[in-house]
Amino acid sequence: MVSARRPPESLAADAWRRFRRHHLAIFGAATLAVMVLAVLVGPMIYRVPINEIDFKAKLKAPSWAHPMGTDDLGQDILARMLYGGRISLAVGVAAMLIAITVGTAVGAISGQSGGVIDNGLMRVTDLFLALPQLPLLLLIVYLFRDVLKKALGPEAGVFIMIVVVIGGLRWMPVARLVRAQFLSLREKEFVEAARGLGAKPLRQVIRHILPNALGPVIVAGSLDVAAAILAESTLSFLGLGFPPDIPTWGRILFDAKDNLDFAPHWAIFPGTAIFLTVLSINYLGDGLRDALDPRKVL
Amino acid sequence: MSKYLLRRLLISIPALLGISLVLFTVLALAPGDPFEELATNPNVPPEVRANLRAQFGLDDPIPVRYMRWVTAMVKGDWGFSFVSRINVSTLIMQRLPTTLFVLGTAQLLGLLVALPIGIYSAVRPYSLFDQITTTFAFIGFSLPTFFTGLLFILLFSIYLDWLPFIYRADISATGWRWAWEMARQAIMPIAVLGLFQGAATTRFVRSAVLEVVRLDYVNTARSKGLSEKVTILKHVVRNALIPVVTLVALQIPGIFTGAVITEQIFRVPGIGSLLISSILSNDTPVIMSITFVFSALVVLFNLIADLVYGWLDPRISFR
Repeated sequence: MVSARRPPESLAADAWRRFRRHHLAIFGAATLAVMVLAVLVGPMIYRVPINEIDFKAKLKAPSWAHPMGTDDLGQDILARMLYGGRISLAVGVAAMLIAITVGTAVGAISGQSGGVIDNGLMRVTDLFLALPQLPLLLLIVYLFRDVLKKALGPEAGVFIMIVVVIGGLRWMPVARLVRAQFLSLREKEFVEAARGLGAKPLRQVIRHILPNALGPVIVAGSLDVAAAILAESTLSFLGLGFPPDIPTWGRILFDAKDNLDFAPHWAIFPGTAIFLTVLSINYLGDGLRDALDPRKVL
Repeated sequence: MSKYLLRRLLISIPALLGISLVLFTVLALAPGDPFEELATNPNVPPEVRANLRAQFGLDDPIPVRYMRWVTAMVKGDWGFSFVSRINVSTLIMQRLPTTLFVLGTAQLLGLLVALPIGIYSAVRPYSLFDQITTTFAFIGFSLPTFFTGLLFILLFSIYLDWLPFIYRADISATGWRWAWEMARQAIMPIAVLGLFQGAATTRFVRSAVLEVVRLDYVNTARSKGLSEKVTILKHVVRNALIPVVTLVALQIPGIFTGAVITEQIFRVPGIGSLLISSILSNDTPVIMSITFVFSALVVLFNLIADLVYGWLDPRISFR
């Protein structure tokens, strides 16, 4: 007698099935997709220039001509937000990539080597964890901004500096996660089997251990994008991020914060945009965590 | 316990030294020097500038400068502010109490909100209460503090006109009136910071309690006939608090970020706003000292968290 059995699922299909049950994560993923699409494609469709100064239209509330209103120079806020969104999202993704790369490398080396190297790298990680992020970020921006601007141009220089510093202060949790995964996976049978078959340590790491260790790293990575976007917005909000003419969402808030009583729309739109982006990423990360956790039975 | 305390104290000192090394390296690697305005001043010939540099020891090798800086910081000589013309230590000490007051109260508020809600959510997982509070928690820690601050100002100061939005350290009143005015102006910054911390902590408390509630000793306590309330409060919470304390301690460097932002928005005269204003006016000694103070506060709070940890889990202090 043949019993009805489901055909065996691949790991990815299994993860996708579990992810789908998480309604809020789907909502997060959908919202994020909409926002990414909007900032990528938007400026090509909505062709209002971002810095067309028009004093007759200053501080106008949302209307058909300006769907998100105008700021104090008459510039259209929707256009500025679509343009600045690209930069905010790019900073988020780039900083996350740096954090993940450095963190995985440090965690892998630490977990695989053990002994003195492991100890030393973990001390360094603890040291970095104790550094207060924003004050250090501000310090480095203050000290190195002019040099980088002269070397690479105002936007590229600031972009690289912000991305490197934000990513450079967020690799530590990833390193710890990867190290913990390595320590537990190293003793598993399939790694032993690979070792027995003569695999060199590097091959063991890349081919066997790393793919299985990546679950928590993906979750941490998604949350890192949210944190990096927040960090960049914070810097811009304090007036110390990108040059003033680049309308990242934090910068728009910085300009808007002194005009709250005449033009609340100016602050509400970018703030809500940041909030929705971070919220969707957080929901997405939560869904990913549940989908990729091998111990959860769903 | 006192041996444990001594051990944690001894570990904090290299941590502090390590942080100071990182800070000083960043400063030493940075281009520019304090005397660069003099370079453009025609009245100051280059030999005088070179003499000034030698006198202040700016040309000595980095390890020498670092040792001099560290010994000066430890002795309490934090330098002289370029902008305000007073000792940096005086400037910082004037403003530190305000920051500590806002930060401490906010963190307390966060914990007061997070602990009961987190525990109750975990005891009744996936109920309506749990789902609503989880949604609020997500919204809470996805809202950037600067946006929440602006929204609060819009709502409570501009539309409703209930609360002042500029914090003044010198309220001209005494006694109850002073306390009332202080409460009115402090409630918004504290609420903004506290709710953000509380939202993040609620999730941690919930997952920590969820893990503990399934363990065997909780079953034992229940079958012994202990009431649910006693089981939860005496057995579950104390053990669940251990990972929570660890996570809260890890979040501490992030609190200062929130403090800097809140002080900017509400113009609280604390060291966060001092940091921003000194960055905008290129006042390097103040910037270095404030960053160092922040790092020292992080180490201090980690030490306190370790102590709480040792008290909660007696096994730790015996090791």
